[in-house]
Amino acid sequence: MKSKPKIGVFKFASCDGCQLSLLDCEDELVALAGAVDIAFFPEMSSNMRKGPYDIGLVEGSVTTHHDASRIHEIRKQCRTLVAIGACSTAGGIQALRNWHDSKQWVAQVYAHPEYIQTLGMSTPISDHVPIDFELRGCPVSKHQLLELVSATLAGRRPNIPTYSVCMECKRKGNVCVAVAQNLACLGPATQAGCGAICPSFGRGCYGCFGPAETPNTVILADQLLREGRAQETVVRDFRSFNAWAWPNRQASERKGAV
Amino acid sequence: MNACLPDIRSAVRIDCQGLGSLIAAIRRRGYQVIGPHLQDGAISYGPIQEIEDLPIGWTAEQGPAFYRLQRRSDSAMFQYAAGPKSLKDFIHPSEIRLFSAVREEGAFRILPNSDPAPRYAFLGVRACELAAAGIQDRVLLEGRYSDPIYRARRGNSIIIAVQCSAPSEVCFCTSMGTGPRAEAGFDLALTELIGPGSHEFVVEVGTQLGAELLSEIEFSDASPDLRNQAQAATQAAAASIQRRLDTNGLREVLRDNFDHPHWDDVAQRCLACGNCTQVCPTCFCVNVEDSTDVAGQTAERWRRWDSCYSLAFTYIHGGSVRVSTKSRYRQWLTHKLSYWHDQFASSGCVGCGRCIAWCPAGIDLTQEVAAIRAATNQTEGTK
Ligand code: SF4
Ligand code: SF4
Ligand code: SF4
Repeated sequence: MKSKPKIGVFKFASCDGCQLSLLDCEDELVALAGAVDIAFFPEMSSNMRKGPYDIGLVEGSVTTHHDASRIHEIRKQCRTLVAIGACSTAGGIQALRNWHDSKQWVAQVYAHPEYIQTLGMSTPISDHVPIDFELRGCPVSKHQLLELVSATLAGRRPNIPTYSVCMECKRKGNVCVAVAQNLACLGPATQAGCGAICPSFGRGCYGCFGPAETPNTVILADQLLREGRAQETVVRDFRSFNAWAWPNRQASERKGAV
Repeated sequence: MNACLPDIRSAVRIDCQGLGSLIAAIRRRGYQVIGPHLQDGAISYGPIQEIEDLPIGWTAEQGPAFYRLQRRSDSAMFQYAAGPKSLKDFIHPSEIRLFSAVREEGAFRILPNSDPAPRYAFLGVRACELAAAGIQDRVLLEGRYSDPIYRARRGNSIIIAVQCSAPSEVCFCTSMGTGPRAEAGFDLALTELIGPGSHEFVVEVGTQLGAELLSEIEFSDASPDLRNQAQAATQAAAASIQRRLDTNGLREVLRDNFDHPHWDDVAQRCLACGNCTQVCPTCFCVNVEDSTDVAGQTAERWRRWDSCYSLAFTYIHGGSVRVSTKSRYRQWLTHKLSYWHDQFASSGCVGCGRCIAWCPAGIDLTQEVAAIRAATNQTEGTK
């Protein structure tokens, strides 16, 4: 039998929610532990083994000089490198700093700002090194995480669709909250993967899974404005977990936006 | 109980209690009744146990990207137009496992899905929806290959139609020749008539099964006057439909305007979200996905609704064929209204208006077609 693939899980600037999704796999965790060799996962075990790794899962965005160099070392150590979650694929909620002067914020928040060394921008992993795959979401879906691992083990293409949330929403038999209740829903421009959770509970999609494959975010923003929403509200809709993803920036920075 | 069996093609009268008994009679035969009910701000299709589950006293206003429930002043049950779901949601399910397989001693064993197909009785089905089911029959049953999942569910089903008397702003069945009156394809067809102090139904008998169901409940003769009222209700409905799609030569108009600049105009508004294809009662495309578990011991094959608006839909080695939103919208509209004729000998559109109401961007195919036509006529005029 061939040896089990060796996996490393690495954390950058993040809340750990995506790593928790991995630990959350409960029922499948035993099978997972049997199928792969989890060699480096500080969140799970203090037994940390050196690389190289067959698969590296990276959570978080790059926000410090140290991380900006660390990611290159990790890339060298991993045959397949997967960015998991909105922080690592788009810069995360902390990318809101990219529109402001973060030095000012640091001065306001910390008693000794001189101890804080941080970059002015929060950027996705793919801005720094080439990656092999992205798992979207804030947090990632445990189902997609398992699908990715299972597919990699079986040597097949993972079934991770890049179309809109609306496709999942309709398959579930939901009544569209945008059309029937005039709620702001980012579903039409957001990538599927969550199973349309928010519309299933009567809320508009918040866009956790980031822009869909060919998103028309600017048109969606126009539509939200036409329906009588305030400019700031629409800008805020597009500036959340995936604010720094290019299509969302286009929508929130478009002419006339604040 | 009426001991007698009404004739096929005859019409009888029942009241609200009779409708309740009809639902009970269908359920006694082991069918799941799927009919109109309130779901999250819309009159949608769902399981009906008794008459109280129907949207009593409700209707809805519809328009491009717009659907709102509205209260009526009476206790009508069927005075609304086609809603978000259609028969497709039940007989061509949005996701279904085709089979699973388990690894066993170096080989694998296929486990077929042994679940029997559900037996549905659809209540409140409109003329356009029957036309749509007819189109899906041609695609999924009558071609070279017949889909066993669709065949079992469709073959098992009972259809209690309702003749439309309250079309919405997005309806254009009159242009497509599909409604508002259903002439065939049902077991029974109801026309709901509400007057001061009266609430009754004229029931047309379409099949032997329909006649048998009626024989299990109380009904009386439908007087000529009542039958005229029922006729008048659908005639008034037909007259009230304002929306038009000019189908004259439409097949050629779209076929010959592949490079029309108006496609760019639509692409400026289309979100490529796929909603229009998901709500369309004739769109049938599916994707088939294989998956394996982490331990590599079991595999499953699932079928899910797909859409010509997704990039993966045209993915071949080297990339997707239809990359631009323009090419995807154009594919959808020209297939639906033009190439469908070449492929399946009819239009792919029944004029239900779902793609207009449930498009979050409010894109309206009747207007897009009119725009392409207008510009075409202009160029031809200047030639
Ligand atoms: S509720 Fe949102 S995600 Fe669902 S179909 Fe409507 S716009 Fe799309
Ligand atoms: S194309 Fe639109 S109007 Fe025509 S059948 Fe489909 S959803 Fe209804
Ligand atoms: S036409 Fe409307 S529903 Fe269809 S893909 Fe475009 S925006 Fe979505």
